[in-house]
Amino acid sequence: MLQEEEDLSLTIAHIVQKLKGSRLYSQLERQAWVSLQKPEIKLESLKEDIKEFFKISGWEKKLQNAVYSELTVFPLPRHPAAPPEHLKEPLVYMRKAQGSWEKRILKSLNSMCTELSIPLARKRPVVEQKELLNKWNEMGTDEPDLSLFRPVYAPKDFLEVLINLRNPNYENGDHLNIKTHLGLIQVPLKVKYISELKEFFVELSLNTGQLGIDDATQVPPELFENEHVRLGQKVLAEQDSAAAQQYIRQGSPTALRAELWALILNVSNQPEDLLYYEQLKSNVIQHDLLVDSLIYKDVKLTASNDDYYFVFEDYLYQVLLCFSRDTSVLGHFAYNSASPPKSYIRGKLGMEDYAVFYPPNGVIPFHGFSMYVAPLCFLYHEPSKLYQIFREMYVRFFFRLHSISSHPSGIVSLCLLFETLLQTHLPQLFYHLREIGAQPLRISFKWMVRAFSGYLATDQLLLLWDRILGYNSLEILAVLAAAVFAFRAVNLMEVTSLAAAEAVLADLSTLKVMPLLQIFLFATVT
Amino acid sequence: MSKPKNQCSKGHGTPKAKERDQKVCIRFKCSVMNTLTDVLRHRPGWVEVKDEGEWDFYWCDVSWLRENFDHTYMDEHVRISHFRNHYELTRKNYMVKNLKRFRKQLEREVGKLEAAKCDFFPKTFELPSDYHLFVEEFRKTPGITWIMKPVARSQGKGIFLFRKLKDIMDWRKLGLCVCQDVGRPDDQKDDIAVENYVAQRYIENPYLIGGRKFDLRVYVLVMSYIPLRAWLYRDGFVRFSNTRFTLSSIDDHYVHLTNVAVQKTSPDYDPEKGCKWMIQRFRQYLTSKHGPEAVETLFQDMDNIFIKSLQSVQKVIISDKHCFELYGYDILIDQDLKPWLLEVNASPSLAASSQEDYQLKTCLLEDTLHIVDMEARLTGKEKRVGGFDLMWNDGPVSREEEGIDTSGTGNFVANTHLGCNNDRKKQLRQLFRSLHSQKKVTS
Repeated sequence: MLQEEEDLSLTIAHIVQKLKGSRLYSQLERQAWVSLQKPEIKLESLKEDIKEFFKISGWEKKLQNAVYSELTVFPLPRHPAAPPEHLKEPLVYMRKAQGSWEKRILKSLNSMCTELSIPLARKRPVVEQKELLNKWNEMGTDEPDLSLFRPVYAPKDFLEVLINLRNPNYENGDHLNIKTHLGLIQVPLKVKYISELKEFFVELSLNTGQLGIDDATQVPPELFENEHVRLGQKVLAEQDSAAAQQYIRQGSPTALRAELWALILNVSNQPEDLLYYEQLKSNVIQHDLLVDSLIYKDVKLTASNDDYYFVFEDYLYQVLLCFSRDTSVLGHFAYNSASPPKSYIRGKLGMEDYAVFYPPNGVIPFHGFSMYVAPLCFLYHEPSKLYQIFREMYVRFFFRLHSISSHPSGIVSLCLLFETLLQTHLPQLFYHLREIGAQPLRISFKWMVRAFSGYLATDQLLLLWDRILGYNSLEILAVLAAAVFAFRAVNLMEVTSLAAAEAVLADLSTLKVMPLLQIFLFATVT
Repeated sequence: MSKPKNQCSKGHGTPKAKERDQKVCIRFKCSVMNTLTDVLRHRPGWVEVKDEGEWDFYWCDVSWLRENFDHTYMDEHVRISHFRNHYELTRKNYMVKNLKRFRKQLEREVGKLEAAKCDFFPKTFELPSDYHLFVEEFRKTPGITWIMKPVARSQGKGIFLFRKLKDIMDWRKLGLCVCQDVGRPDDQKDDIAVENYVAQRYIENPYLIGGRKFDLRVYVLVMSYIPLRAWLYRDGFVRFSNTRFTLSSIDDHYVHLTNVAVQKTSPDYDPEKGCKWMIQRFRQYLTSKHGPEAVETLFQDMDNIFIKSLQSVQKVIISDKHCFELYGYDILIDQDLKPWLLEVNASPSLAASSQEDYQLKTCLLEDTLHIVDMEARLTGKEKRVGGFDLMWNDGPVSREEEGIDTSGTGNFVANTHLGCNNDRKKQLRQLFRSLHSQKKVTS
């Protein structure tokens, strides 16, 4: 009891401290001062009256949403004596692995830098600044020579690192037994069993209405869809983040999705946000970073070649270039096992006073990074709002897909969850694929790292991301990956090579996500 | 062109219909992958006929039609893929004339409100004949952009934009010369071959996605004009311009013309990119941006375009029972979500630019052939065949089961599903299964 109380007060203190520095706090303060003018507020019952005023005017809701947001994003301090690294990643061997992976990335970046003799950053001459400003809305028309640039790494490089992860404290023994994990990931992390998944994803069960299933043409809308839409409108009217998060577990109607996501992520388009975005934009205009070329190259290689996202090419530059300048993103490294790379002013290597984070937001893009942004362009058309939504999505979810950690939504856990589900429920398939040299993770890894962006049809992808937001977890990606394999199991049993297996799973664009998930979780005999 | 009349029925299996040789299709320049030949060859019981063989079904091209239709005798069951004078709808100058006439008629007979529904065509003038009328209109609204289109060419050839009269002065001199010199000797007249052009008000505020202009390609199948029976296909696509839209560069063809044929020659054209979206994706995009009601209104306005345009030529087109026609409608949407008709194509391109495109076109053609129904399987009362919905059957067709509803009584929902889910395979299976069992009962 005492421990819980202590934890709670620690949490409260923590959140209060965080919110004190935020804009919301000063707004609330101002509102409170303003409310003193009102006749309802009496000196005798000042505290209660102001609280009442906040409740009626909707400010309490905003505060609630902010608190909820903090609780969702920021993990709670486990123990007052735990050092900050524990918040990033409690397991030492994972931290070490992440550290050496980062060193490799940096080395690659630095060598590219020296090879091409391009500085990591340089100030743009005024002429170039003007030009870029003019072309800001159509940067896609630019055709810089990117042939010498290579992406710093691709998902398969990262997979190799994960495959070699080992816990030095864990000895599995040399002989195979029933507990041997046949997959590529060989670290003993706890992942959910299917019974736990069924509980966790209870809103996806067979007797609950879903968008993605129960809005199909044959189903009369009175059965589920109409009511669900009405409920969604109510949730939006209430402006309640927690309610929205619960609601969206059953999917979001197309027309309400943009607002619902903004509510859940607690993103509002205030004038300060617009100003901040403009500031980032001017940073981009003034300085040119090496990372910019990597971003250009990535967009040209991935999103521009996609049948559906090529249209949004310009938005992608506007978001990603600004993203790399945004130092507020550095905040997420407190709970990310990764650490931002440091760069030193020339000649002052090792002197902390002359260290800067490079790129300013600490995130080095890899091949396919722009695909995190592309689906959002479908929902948000105003660059600063699009930017904020993407940033929130990144610091809540996407960063876990390319850093080594033991978090249940981290990529390592997702891979392990995928392999375990497959081995437990489709052992024959798993064994067959393994025998022909087609380890399933080799195929599904790229889907999960990109959160399926670019592999599924857009409307299906958005339904999937609805659930990521609703459950505040990326585990659904691993479940979907396993469900896809289960769906194509018959064809996969007949292939005899990795290439053939890849071919069977090459095209996911016709898949309907929700039925697959439902069948795998709730309608498969285990 | 006589043929043994042993069509299907009798439950004997495949009917022995024959088809005309497809080399006429290959005459279409854009047929890199020929979807039509694939579909026809795979149809059970259909056999290709070469050169002078007799045929029951001919997907001809318009030049053959022009030369041969009038001296071809066709048996009752024979079908051909064009109407004799389709150009009343598909040539821009005729279409404008017909539409203007129809509009006046509506205004007289029904009223201004109904006539205003015909305002989906940007102000157009035929040149050189309406030159003076054009100049009058031009002077009324100075500074706007006009587009000049040759009447009979396709694939974006010969089109240019202008803002000043002097841009077309020289061209006009040429034109007026010929008009006035009617009495010139024949050989000299031939030297100055002047085409008919239309000058049309350019839509300066098109709806943009990702900063790019686009147009919609929608397919409408007309089985007869009298009575008017028209079907609307659920799928279609959106064609994007390869470059960002700006009014400042009217000389840049690539910005303004969204025809894929023109885009293919643009320097940064990447064939892998396929500047097309399926209409379903477009409809979802708009819904998430503007909400379902606004999008529903937009699509209803498009239905209105199809129907009014067909009605305007209903009395002019020779409605031969052998003829049917698959039109490709080009629609442009402006920033106020108002659709404009750009043109109607009698021979929409059947070449496929990507796998998805190939899928769409083969399904489109298969369903067209189902409706043409050479195998005489349909009862004629169907409201949906595959991806086609019956849009007009001598009157509006309602989505409701009761059949034709009279317009004006609220709650009328048209039987069109453009951009909606197209589960054609399932529908066709159910349809043919029920038809088959019906036949079994009656035979």
